[in-house]
Amino acid sequence: MEYQAKELFAKHEVPVLPGSVAETVDEARRAAADIGGPVVVKAQVKTGGRGKAGGVKLAETADEAAEKAGAILGMDIKGHTVHRVLVTQASDIDQEYYVSYLLDRANRTYLAMASVEGGMEIEQLAVERPEALARIPVDAIAGVDAAKAAEIADAAGFPADVRDQVIDILQKLWTVFTSEDATLVEVNPLVRTPDGQVVALDGKVSLDENAEFRHEEHAQFEDKAAADPLEARAKEKDLNYVKLSGEVGIIGNGAGLVMSTLDVVAYAGEEFGGVKPANFLDIGGGASAEVMANGLEIILSDDEVKAVFVNVFGGITACDAVANGIVHAFGLLESRGDEVTKPLVVRLDGNNAVEGRRILSEFAATAPAGLIEQVDTMDGAARRAAELAAAK
Amino acid sequence: MAIFLDENSRIIVQGITGAEGTKHTQRMLKAGAKIVGGVNARKAGQELDFTEFSPEAVLTVYGTVAEAMDKTGANVSVAFVPPKFTKDAVIEAVDAGIELLVVITEGIPVHDTAEFWAYASAKGNKTRIVGPNCPGVISPGRSNAGIIPADITGPGPIGLVSKSGTLTYQMMYELRDIGFSTAVGIGGDPVIGTTHIDALEAFEADPETKAIVMIGEIGGDAEERAAAYIKEHVTKPVVGYVAGFTAPEGKTMGHAGAIVSGSSGTAQAKKEALEAAGVAVGKTPSETARLMREIYQKL
Repeated sequence: MEYQAKELFAKHEVPVLPGSVAETVDEARRAAADIGGPVVVKAQVKTGGRGKAGGVKLAETADEAAEKAGAILGMDIKGHTVHRVLVTQASDIDQEYYVSYLLDRANRTYLAMASVEGGMEIEQLAVERPEALARIPVDAIAGVDAAKAAEIADAAGFPADVRDQVIDILQKLWTVFTSEDATLVEVNPLVRTPDGQVVALDGKVSLDENAEFRHEEHAQFEDKAAADPLEARAKEKDLNYVKLSGEVGIIGNGAGLVMSTLDVVAYAGEEFGGVKPANFLDIGGGASAEVMANGLEIILSDDEVKAVFVNVFGGITACDAVANGIVHAFGLLESRGDEVTKPLVVRLDGNNAVEGRRILSEFAATAPAGLIEQVDTMDGAARRAAELAAAK
Repeated sequence: MAIFLDENSRIIVQGITGAEGTKHTQRMLKAGAKIVGGVNARKAGQELDFTEFSPEAVLTVYGTVAEAMDKTGANVSVAFVPPKFTKDAVIEAVDAGIELLVVITEGIPVHDTAEFWAYASAKGNKTRIVGPNCPGVISPGRSNAGIIPADITGPGPIGLVSKSGTLTYQMMYELRDIGFSTAVGIGGDPVIGTTHIDALEAFEADPETKAIVMIGEIGGDAEERAAAYIKEHVTKPVVGYVAGFTAPEGKTMGHAGAIVSGSSGTAQAKKEALEAAGVAVGKTPSETARLMREIYQKL
């Protein structure tokens, strides 16, 4: 979010306007009083278009700032509830610019983008006036020094009166990008104020989750309040889970196979009134009983879920181990007081599939009729799971 | 023939003493791969007994990749090094001039990957890097460098390149009666070494490969670029599959690189680009296998 991006900017000496975050009306009033003079009250949500939605307001006094904060807090912007606002010094703007660093996947390097036409959505600028957006590749080892920053600034055509400031800011933003392990650092707009100062008025930073091991301090940026409660619980249990909206709960192994499983269920669901997959859940190569139990527990507590599809290809993991995992998972869930009542369709294929299927058939015979079904093929099992979900 | 890896490949394992390194060294040996040593600077000089898995496999742990290559004649390395040490391990292997480096490790910061890729490029790309976050390369019946199960299928005329491990296994299984020349898991990270295009180019040049399966997933535009390449340069039949049609925008689906950003990186766009290049794209993995089977029968 903006205020977090600005914290990172400030940490690396990128110029930002003074401001602070408020979660209540009183906090907003105090923040405005501390700044003194006119302020802007800005909704803090992870989405664009805040201004259009009425989430950004100018306030002349502290009381007015409190009033505006009261109106913005709790507002819904594109499905995101506003839990906090940023109260920041208001500033007149002479000129708006754009700068960013991002990962260039295609070229396996980084890209600097800059424009003297900031303010609007950059995707729009890239489409409408591509010539106004400079794109300069940045070598991952050489990085951005003063000469590289000058190259970027000049490619974008920054005027002489701000050039030196922009070159300095570009180097500091590069420090943000590399030392924080960011995959995106964007300032939009970067502005020139009437007194000739260049400051980052709004910004966005995306951090690499794979780099968390060297950035413990990034944990504070996680927005627990905004996260889906099931996703939050899954994360606590180290599960790779994404909540979607649908009726068929999905458990599988391997990211690609699980993505594929969602697609196959969605196709099959078209036949049954538009039944959809309820989630993404990759239990990984190991697929132990405990992971299976944790996964099942999360999926079964999703009220939307009417049936569950367990789709496992035994590659490294043998299917008999997965089958035993499912059996133990049922036991674990029962002992936790979460008896399984939604039907499970299981497809086991690959390494030791015959033995895995035998173990599950034996177990299914002891379970209530129809609770556990096995189907040999992925497409067939997806169809059956969709059918069961539609029948509920 | 086969691509990247064959019966003459002499393999070392970086991180051979770790749990994953040990387990998969055993599996690779059982599959008949010529593993000739391991690397771990802190355990240099140790002798590891793998004779239970291959009769003569008593493997020496060397301090560096260069030393291991010097003593064993290795030309391939498979890295099972933890994420925080992977960048250094890759740079070491590149400096030693190994021909093929397979990086299995998942969870490497993308800045580290971008850096080691830039380093390898500056050194003239003499080392082919596969991965990171990939299942590796298998040439069934010949050699295995990575974690792809060797017992799914045997040698045959199909070449496979895939971003996903389990979909690779699934596809090999579906077409197990036909068999594969080589299967290459290129990995699902945003920045990877060997790409779809690199593998397509090698399969096109490999006389043993008669047809190619290409598996992609959401995120980036690698599939679109591969489609353009196929149109220009690939004469062998290609069948495609793309996972992630139902993935919502802005959510990472398991693989760090599997994310739809705004309107870019969607499965639909990839499918359309492949079809426009004359690639038959299956709706499901099974349908994709069926399409390949039809092509194979006409070969």
